[in-house]
Parts: sequence; structure tokens; C-alpha cells
Amino acid sequence: MYDRYIICEDGFRVRDDGRPGGRVEVRMPYYRGLALSMVEAVDLVLDGRPVPPERTTFTVHGNTYTFAELPAVTHDRWEMGERAELAFQTDEPLAPGEHEVTVSVRLRISYMPVPGGGRDSKRLVLAS
Amino acid sequence: MTPPAVPHTIRRAVSLYSYQHEYFLRTMTLEDCVAATAATGAPGIEIVPEQSIPGFPHLTGEFADTWSGWMDKYGLTPVATNAFLDTKLHPDRWLSHDEQVASVRRDIDVAVRLGAPIVKATINFPPEVMAAAAPYAEERGVRLLLEVHAPFHYGHPWILEHLEVMHRTGSPALGLMPDTGTFVRRFPRVVSDRALRDGARPDLVDYIVKTYDDHGDTHALMDIVNYRGGGPVEFGLARQATHYIWTEPKTMLPHMPLIGHIQAKFYEMTEDGVEYSIPYDEIVAVLVEGGFDGHLSSEYEGQRHIEDAFPVDSVEQVRRQQAMLARLLGETR
Repeated sequence: MYDRYIICEDGFRVRDDGRPGGRVEVRMPYYRGLALSMVEAVDLVLDGRPVPPERTTFTVHGNTYTFAELPAVTHDRWEMGERAELAFQTDEPLAPGEHEVTVSVRLRISYMPVPGGGRDSKRLVLAS
Repeated sequence: MTPPAVPHTIRRAVSLYSYQHEYFLRTMTLEDCVAATAATGAPGIEIVPEQSIPGFPHLTGEFADTWSGWMDKYGLTPVATNAFLDTKLHPDRWLSHDEQVASVRRDIDVAVRLGAPIVKATINFPPEVMAAAAPYAEERGVRLLLEVHAPFHYGHPWILEHLEVMHRTGSPALGLMPDTGTFVRRFPRVVSDRALRDGARPDLVDYIVKTYDDHGDTHALMDIVNYRGGGPVEFGLARQATHYIWTEPKTMLPHMPLIGHIQAKFYEMTEDGVEYSIPYDEIVAVLVEGGFDGHLSSEYEGQRHIEDAFPVDSVEQVRRQQAMLARLLGETR
């Protein structure tokens, strides 16, 4: 469910700290919010190349976390339909224009024996 | 469809779960969802706090006031909330029994703040947690009702364990909340159509749907689909055929004293005003016969099966289901 809505079509832009890389806005493919400790992965593939989680950070309503921190975050949530910001670093600055962005979300949902989540892929134009 | 000949006290409600698609995309605000509920003529409203309340489990006074103001403004009564039990909250350990009970107590408090007298316990709530939470629910004046959700049914060992606890403790706070996804007589076509759009082999889709519609043995469907050369899409459909079930609505009758609320699940209300796969006329007749005194609450779940190809119109789907329920309950002709 909601797979096609994981990646937001707007909000794809360069980082705001001057480092090479970008930001993409993502939503959780689920019908309720979840504590961040149950967000097992938000994996990003940019133009066919996986971006390691160590090079990404995750921001919900102004609170930024590394993926190493998320498993312990039980006091903050990714709300239903909330646009989270996935910021990532790359070796070289992103080229202007279109990029292929793929995001896979893996969720630990207590009543399900297998992981929940979903996957979305879109061609996004880098906002200037 | 003939309206019931005997008097009854069954009322209608809408779960905000039904409008999740529009709320997710922010094309409807929470107040829009409340207003849409009122527009159906249903007097009751059900809310999924973890879906609709940012900042959950912290309910601000401001939210509680706004919610209660909407209830007055739109003439609605909160009838139920839905609670989840995140036993896998931590990646490295299961939530302890005491932590699970604390989570349920927290959700009982949330229901009280929202003015709802019933909390749905999602099907994964263990019986011993229900038993341990019951005294607190009694104290707070809230009923904790276990959802009987497909593929579970009234003779299933998991439900029997719960029934044993309910009868042994005799707690007035414990009971059942049937989900009408246990009364799926015919395979929802929105689900098989989606599989076809996702590239499933038509012959395997037909085989799965026919097995389901004949109420055949679905236990080994995934295996058979595998023997016939199916792949992940066909496996997914076969698994779904084991997760809807058809049981006779009358299987609710012996449990009627425990039944406090119904989740009126639906996948597709047709233009003719009927649910494609669930015989609501039979369900309502059984509820009337059993003297059910509670709410039939719309829970639309078709959106996830059509969102890939069609616009979702939850408001219209709920409107149609509510119109059908009003007719079946004898409120309208």
C-alpha cells in the first residue's frame, strides 16, 4: 500500500550545508505512524548506485537522526503521510537535471511475521 | 433487501481508517474526514489514534478540545478507538508482559481522553495481556474488544484462548469486535484485478479466485501456484486467498453477549449499492436476530488495491456503504 507515494515528486534538491549530495522527501507506506525504532531501513539508490545508510540522515518534523541512531528512538515517530527528509552525501555534486531515485522502506510491524514497507522509483528533476 | 421486521438498537458509525488515502495525501484534513463521516448520517465515529493524531501517544489539551469541539459541531459521538501493540518496538528484544500491559493502559487512557467507550485490541494482543489489562479498563469505564479478523474465526485456537480468558475472568470490560473480513463470500475482484495489472498469469488468477469462490481448500494454494509456474505476484494473490475467509455470519450468534462493536470492512461498493464480496444483508439479519446493541462501523479497505490505476474516492465508497447499511437497518427504504 502507498508504494507509489513513497517518494515525493517535489522537494528533491541539493543539500543545504554546501556538501555534495542531496535531499529527497519520502513518506512511509503504512496506514498509521510508527516509532522510529521500527523503521528498519530507508534505502536509497541514486542513478543505479546504492547510497550507504552511513551517508544518509533522516529528518522528521525538524528532528534529524542517523540510521545508526534510529533503532533506539522509541520516543519520536514517523507520522502517517508525513514527509520525512532523507539527506544524503555523494562524492561529487549532483548534476543538474533528471535523476533516477529509488527508495525502499522496511518496517518492523509487530503483527506481521515478515517485514512491512514498500518500494518506489521515480525520475526526479533536481530543484535549483 | 427487506428491512428487519423486528426492532433493533443497531447504529451506524464510520471509522476514519476509511479515509486514510485522502488523509495520507493531505487532500483531506482530519476535520474534513470528520465532516465526511457526519455527512453520511452516521451518528458514530471511530478513530485510529496512531493514524490521525500527530504526536501520539501524547495528546495535547488542544487536540482533545478540538476533537470534542468537532463532535459538537458535527453532531457525532466517538464510539471506538483502535489500539496496536508494538511487541517488536525494540529491534533486539520482545516487549515484556508488563510493558505490553502498560501500552494497553496508555491506549485506554487515550480513548478516555477522546470520549470513546471502546478500544479495539488488534488481533495480535495476547490473551494474558487482555486479562491483565481488564481491571484497568473496568476502572476507566472502557471495553477492550479483541478484533476477530480474518483468517481467524470463532473456532480458531487463538480466538478460543481469548474466549477462555473472557469467560474465566468474566470481566465486563472484555469482549469481541468482529471484522466482516471474516465474511468474504466471494473473492474481492479489486484484488484479483490488481494482480492482473501487476502481471499475474490470468489462468492462475482464475484458479485462485475459483478455488476461493467455491470455498475450496486454500491451504496449499501457494504451493499449487508454485507447481504451475507462478511467481511472486501469483504467490501474493494466493496468500491473500488464505487471508480472506468465508464463515457463516451466524457463527457470531453464540458469542453475541461478548460482541460490542462491528468493523464493517469493505473492499468495493458497486454502483448498485452492494458490497461485491460481503453479504451485508445476511450479516445485518444475524446481528438483529442476536440482539446486537452497538455500532456497525464502516472500514473501507479497497483503496490499497486500486491506487495504482484508479482515483480513490473513499468518501463516495463510504457514502454508498452507509446508504446500504441504513437501508438494511430499516432507517431508509
